[in-house]
Amino acid sequence: MEASPLKVDDASAHWQDILRSGAEAVAVPLLAILAALVVFGIFVTLAGVNPFDTYQLMYAGAFGSWFSWQNTLTRAAPLILTALCCALPAQLGMVVIGGEGALVLGGLAAAAIAATMPDAAPLVVQIAMIIAAMIAGAAWIALAGGLRHWRGVNETISSLLLVYIAIAVFNHLVEGALRDPASLNKPSTPHIGDANMLTAIPGTDIHWGLAYGVIACVLAYILIYRTTFGFGMRVAGGNVKAARMVGLPVGKLVLVACGLAGACAGLAGMVEVAAVHGKANASLVVGYGYTGILVAFLARHNPLAIIPVAILLGGIGASGGLLQRRLGLPDATVLVLQGMIFIAILTSEVLYGRIPWLKRRPA
Amino acid sequence: MTGDLLGWWGVPLAVLAGAIRVSTPFLFVSLGECITEKSGRINLGLEGTLVMGAMSGYAISYLTGSPWLGVLAAGCAGAVFGILHAAICSLPRVNDIAVGIALMLFGIGLAFFLGKPFIQPQAPNLPSIPFGNWSDNAQVRDSLRINALFLIGVVLAPLLLWAFRNTRWGLIVRTVGDSADAALALGYAINRVRMFSTAAGGFLAGIGGSFLSLSYPGSWSEGLSSGQGITAVALVIFARWNPMLCFWASLLFGGAAALGPALQSVGITSGYYLFNAAPYALTLLIMILTCSRDRTLAGAPGELGVTR
Repeated sequence: MEASPLKVDDASAHWQDILRSGAEAVAVPLLAILAALVVFGIFVTLAGVNPFDTYQLMYAGAFGSWFSWQNTLTRAAPLILTALCCALPAQLGMVVIGGEGALVLGGLAAAAIAATMPDAAPLVVQIAMIIAAMIAGAAWIALAGGLRHWRGVNETISSLLLVYIAIAVFNHLVEGALRDPASLNKPSTPHIGDANMLTAIPGTDIHWGLAYGVIACVLAYILIYRTTFGFGMRVAGGNVKAARMVGLPVGKLVLVACGLAGACAGLAGMVEVAAVHGKANASLVVGYGYTGILVAFLARHNPLAIIPVAILLGGIGASGGLLQRRLGLPDATVLVLQGMIFIAILTSEVLYGRIPWLKRRPA
Repeated sequence: MTGDLLGWWGVPLAVLAGAIRVSTPFLFVSLGECITEKSGRINLGLEGTLVMGAMSGYAISYLTGSPWLGVLAAGCAGAVFGILHAAICSLPRVNDIAVGIALMLFGIGLAFFLGKPFIQPQAPNLPSIPFGNWSDNAQVRDSLRINALFLIGVVLAPLLLWAFRNTRWGLIVRTVGDSADAALALGYAINRVRMFSTAAGGFLAGIGGSFLSLSYPGSWSEGLSSGQGITAVALVIFARWNPMLCFWASLLFGGAAALGPALQSVGITSGYYLFNAAPYALTLLIMILTCSRDRTLAGAPGELGVTR
């Protein structure tokens, strides 16, 4: 006969549950990644490359040395921020995939504002760039949120359409009004000036953008799990009708969440401009916004989990060049792996609550 | 060649010709997505399917020398992606929009990976039918060279409309899409119907992709589709899940996409990039005008998550 529920120590059962769900939250994605790696191994084998060589090289390119670690962390910085662009609206049950557009416009706004203040102190320029980038990004994603709220336009589709519009606006301005006449083959905005560049964290080659990302994640975590606003977001994400009935300002929640999300992606654009390129040009449009979606889903939209996941995917991205040089694999190889991981993660959704040794015992 | 320079009259002509030329991928993807959405599921992965279809169509056309085999291969590749989407979505608690995004990224990555060797070589293209040979104006003749695939799409749209309304299969798909409970009560296997619908949708989207690489612009490159697939998905909402309206909407979008190049050809180059955004801006505008928070869209399948 089973133990009566009355005899269970409530406190210890509570902790066991937390432990179990914690173990599950780690075990299920790991299983999914493992499955994706196996499928990817078969895939490269079919492409005529030894899978073990591939994995070894990927590890070396991503985490094998201090040099590759720095490379990985530098790539992780924009991914953390664009992942937040997907994760914040996700608390409200919204699937926003337009981070790329906010990133591109944020980077452009940062470069444009820096061009208007040639004589200002570097710190002032930096702050102006951050503010401009965040406003540009926030406006872009808040637009998608507002359309959802007021007009019922699906935010997934509208945010993706806005990416293409953002890139067109970007090209229009970079080729036209904001173009540096000296940039011939590859149109760019004027260089923001060496003094205004985002510097490296002392003792490393990693720029401060990584710190921006980590701070943003911590703030987002506090917002979501430790404030009334965040609680409201999660209630509305669980059931919008219930949220309306208890009087939550759903429209404000949607707009603010989307605005903050866009601000994060805009900041990612500023980081890329101010730390890597020094100007806004087509190098900004490399798909960080799309990889960010994958990071957010992998982290199950938890801001703190975004940091390690972004580092993992930044590493996969960083190893792409090495795979191309040493094994002759196309540069899209890492896209294939990322796609496989994404599919495996979504499929693994099914495993939650079903792994026998992590299953909650009936009380 | 007296009338070679039509001047400003060239703009509407070029827009019309562009509408016919550019609309074909929109048409096929939206008809495919129409079938999928009628069954109650949305497949955002069709952007990836389109790129995958463009790549596989081009590759097979190059390897076999037959563009029509390429079209078939593109359709099959699309169907495989559709089946993948349907299979993953049939699992409990899996969100079809998220799976669509994943398959979009995967499809684009896979197409770039496998398509790398086909960027340089020239594959045989699909034939065009010269409807404009009566004219001695080169521009008119050029504009009226209509691709055979477009004509197939023109036939397909009313055929689908008829099939949805009048055939047993059309009724089953609509029942499953409108009310899964009702379909269950009638004894239909919901997941199987959605599997066929998504596979058919993927097949058509793959064919739409093959048009890009085999007819216009007519070669395979990594920048081939910039959002045409996703625009077509949005277009289905605008077209109220009606295949005939999908056809007219595709023409409209094709025309919008052709506006920038048409204006450039008469010397208006400022704002070229903004005109490139015209189809996306148009889609967004139309969605804003036609969607509403308070009522379900007329004609929307009841089980479709995207409108709830």
